Amino acid sequence: MFEGLAEKLQETFRKLKSKGRLTEADVDEAMKEVRRALLAADVNFQVVKSFVARVKERAVGQDVLSSLTPAQQVIKIVRDELAGLMGGTQSKLNLAPKPPTVVMMVGLHGAGKTTTAAKLANLMRKQGRRPMLVAGDVYRPAAIKQLQVLGEQLGIPVFSMGDRHTPVDIARAAVEHAVKQGRDLVIIDTAGRLEINEEMMAELETLKAAVRPHEILLVVDAMTGQVAVNIAETFNKRLGLDGVVLTKLDGDTRGGAALSIKAVTGCPIKFVGVGEKLDALEPFHPDRMADRILGMGDVLTLIEKA
Amino acid sequence: MGFFNRLKESLTKTRQGLVEKIENLIIGRQAIDESLFDELEEVLIGADVGVETALELMETLRRQVKERKIKDPEQLKPLLQDLIQDILSTGERSLNRGGPPTVILVVGVNGVGKTTTIGKLAHYFKSRGERVLLGAADTFRAAAIDQLEIWGRRVGVDVIKHKEGSDPAAVAYDALQAARARKMDMLIIDTAGRLHTKSNLMDELKKIRRVLGRELPGAPHEVLLVLDATTGQNAISQACLFGEATGVTGIVLTKLDGTAKGGVIIGIRQILDIPVKFIGIGEGVEDLRPFNPQEFVAALFEK
Ligand SMILES: Nc1nc2c(ncn2[C@@H]2O[C@H](COP(=O)(O)OP(=O)(O)OP(=O)(O)O)[C@@H](O)[C@H]2O)c(=O)[nH]1
Ligand SMILES: Nc1nc2c(ncn2[C@@H]2O[C@H](COP(=O)(O)OP(=O)(O)OP(=O)(O)O)[C@@H](O)[C@H]2O)c(=O)[nH]1
Ligand SMILES: [Mg+2]
Ligand SMILES: [Mg+2]
Repeated sequence: MFEGLAEKLQETFRKLKSKGRLTEADVDEAMKEVRRALLAADVNFQVVKSFVARVKERAVGQDVLSSLTPAQQVIKIVRDELAGLMGGTQSKLNLAPKPPTVVMMVGLHGAGKTTTAAKLANLMRKQGRRPMLVAGDVYRPAAIKQLQVLGEQLGIPVFSMGDRHTPVDIARAAVEHAVKQGRDLVIIDTAGRLEINEEMMAELETLKAAVRPHEILLVVDAMTGQVAVNIAETFNKRLGLDGVVLTKLDGDTRGGAALSIKAVTGCPIKFVGVGEKLDALEPFHPDRMADRILGMGDVLTLIEKA
Repeated sequence: MGFFNRLKESLTKTRQGLVEKIENLIIGRQAIDESLFDELEEVLIGADVGVETALELMETLRRQVKERKIKDPEQLKPLLQDLIQDILSTGERSLNRGGPPTVILVVGVNGVGKTTTIGKLAHYFKSRGERVLLGAADTFRAAAIDQLEIWGRRVGVDVIKHKEGSDPAAVAYDALQAARARKMDMLIIDTAGRLHTKSNLMDELKKIRRVLGRELPGAPHEVLLVLDATTGQNAISQACLFGEATGVTGIVLTKLDGTAKGGVIIGIRQILDIPVKFIGIGEGVEDLRPFNPQEFVAALFEK
């Protein structure tokens, strides 16, 4: 479906090179391809705009145009800039100096919060933690049951008070319970909500004030389009996000939402979901993501040739 | 609140995003120039219309402006409105019927709103006097069956189910038998969310299709692909691959009550011959409507 950006750039430059020397206008032409690739990957158009401007500046400022391999040079600049934007190093979960660490999962409907809560509990247990899951979604039909089934599959306790209590009361009681049970990690599942739903967003603020989570994770579907920016921005403004989990990366989405979110919130992407199974959660790799967004599986070899 | 107002309200965000931006662009302009086209293109891309489709729309718009010798920037809006409406209006949007029962298979990637849409669909048809039965063929996701049963109780329709982990095609078969025995008008079958790139999971859907067709020639009469309006360009890939594997006959676009502009349906409509049949505008039983492009585009463009 998508032609690789790398090949397209090669071709663009090959055509241009037949003209002899490359000019700034030629770089503009190439940047059009970069822009298209990013937009086709669902990177927010405003983010694309400033990104392309920055790359153009770098490309024109260096000896790229007179080099023998201008296409590779430009690709390298694009990729480096992108990888830098995605966050240079890997970020870990914030752990509480005095346990239990409290983690809150938030996000739109169907993003993958409940599944990710269970996956995260599983991952952290492998690292020696004693996690407990909290069924804080009292709205969606069978949300509590879903978390209980997942907890059972993993053999990890799930704290639930049914759907007749507020999520705030449930979370508060859950943290108390965790302390008593010697659980050092409490992961709270919450209901899916629209970032424009005032009442539901206020509920999260109350929840935050009540349990003072060490980590608020925004769960985002990697297939999200241009609105990823509005969503992440609003959740961040209301709650102050600590990290992002990008789910459903096991498909063919290019996942441009990752770049948009990072660019507008500055919030690190900490994990990616790569399947429905409970071990399909991985740490986030900025450079791999950069290549994916650009649609450049072979980018490294190309750059090496440069 | 009447339907039109509800739709309008649910599309307020879309309107603010897309239409107001276009209006802001146009107000105060003396002439139609290239930068105006560029900015219009950007607005469309920002609504998830996609680069290709936005470029095509702009090209057509440019041609029309030239041919009709249009000078006034004010006229661009109704032109674009008509263009988009034309794209969305093609194809048969009413539900294919057959049987009885009319069998509807609901498919889509994970978390888009399949099960919820089935609850709403059941309510929609039941309130029109039809006898509806549901089949719980998502035997994979944790508590998916419970979720559908809660919807069934809420709406007052029965659900045919097996145990978690059982063969979805067997559930579909039993559900069809039950629907015939009970003289149902309609059978709606839920399936597990799956990514369109996973061929083994797509084969599972083909098997469900085959089993249904063998029992009742012509079934499933309708294969509805549920798309999340928040989805960007990947929705096109979803529509293509689900279309190939399962013969999708219609699209349900959900979560239009959010800030998502759902512009990707314009792109899908441009590329594929699959009509949008319903839209989802919330989590409640009433929050599903047949897709009406006129209303949709009017609500999109009206002040
Ligand atoms: N393929 C794939 N599916 C995933 C991934 N993460 C979650 N899912 C699936 O996405 C669907 C939705 O996941 P949930 O965990 O229920 O999402 P949620 O955000 O809790 O949904 P609500 O509570 O309704 O808002 C389920 O079918 C999950 O199995 C992933 O990384 N890859
Ligand atoms: N705001 C809003 N939420 C919706 C709409 N349709 C569904 N949802 C919500 O989206 C989430 C996922 O819906 P489901 O019906 O479970 O989605 P699904 O496609 O069956 O998910 P899987 O079976 O896990 O693949 C739930 O929280 C629903 O309440 C809609 O039109 N608007
Ligand atoms: Mg959930
Ligand atoms: Mg479902």
